[in-house]
Amino acid sequence: MTAPLPLHSADTLVLYGEAFASRLLLGTSRYPSPQILENAIRMASPAMITASLRRQGSGTAIAESGFWELLKKMAVPVLPNTAGCHSPQEAITTAQMAREVFNTPWIKLELIGDDYTLQPDTLQLVQTAEHLIKDGFKVLPYCTEDLILCQRLVDVGCQAVMPWAAPIGTGQGPLNPYAMQLLRERLTVPLIVDAGLGLPSHACTVMEWGYDAVLLNTAVALATDPIIMAKAFAQAVSAGRMAFLSGAMTAQDSAEASTPLIGTPFWHQA
Amino acid sequence: MRIVVNHIPHELPALSKVSDLLQLIAAKPPYAVAVNLQFIPRTQHAHHLLAENDQVEVIAPVTGG
Repeated sequence: MTAPLPLHSADTLVLYGEAFASRLLLGTSRYPSPQILENAIRMASPAMITASLRRQGSGTAIAESGFWELLKKMAVPVLPNTAGCHSPQEAITTAQMAREVFNTPWIKLELIGDDYTLQPDTLQLVQTAEHLIKDGFKVLPYCTEDLILCQRLVDVGCQAVMPWAAPIGTGQGPLNPYAMQLLRERLTVPLIVDAGLGLPSHACTVMEWGYDAVLLNTAVALATDPIIMAKAFAQAVSAGRMAFLSGAMTAQDSAEASTPLIGTPFWHQA
Repeated sequence: MRIVVNHIPHELPALSKVSDLLQLIAAKPPYAVAVNLQFIPRTQHAHHLLAENDQVEVIAPVTGG
């Protein structure tokens, strides 16, 4: 883990007491090549990059045997995930294995309830998060936009929550703006949109709502030019954050001229 | 005794430990181990005794979202 920023730095993302300069977290899967992945990471300058664990000797692990060296080379904080876990015990054990392999207490908790939508198992997510929190993990739970679920995750000790915008890998953008904005109104912990973003404008939108960061993978990895797209997302996240902090105008129904009316030529009073 | 490693059965002598298994499959660091869904820390690999039909996972870092 790189050294955290001083907490007095302007507008840093603070998670579990650690400060990060970027509000973009980037996934590492599905890129056309390791070199493109590396270049995308450099272009995005993310706060963290996500990684996973798979059986040694499997096709995945063999194909990605150079990934460990890339992680060491990049020296970006790693956020391991429990992708593919369907039970609390699977997630807990995977998290413990990830902690040892990656030497980090950070964990993106994924507990999958449905293999088609990859929706989190909301009924078991809270107890699993609580177990990991008590075991010393810094848990970033992948969850839905359900207010009660998110509040319960906070109640058991999660210092940030990560609601989805849309199902993983769909690129649809925020499907339930009402619920997502309600989360921002009601919760004070950092909110990180995780999953379902497809365009930089999606990222910008959620940041304008006041979300603290975004985590995305497919939107960059499957772009025709992932490196430029990584930059686009980085800029979009920054733009959305600045918009939120600067206080956008309130939308109104009736038109109001920007140019002063007084002195309009050819104007005749009726 | 029969031990299943990453869903593949192997034969090991009785009283084999996790470290013996790792040597058998030529596991290369970095990796982590779980036996019957329980995490076995690295410090225990040379001590944890395996039993007939134990389900062992030896996992390595890969890309993830």
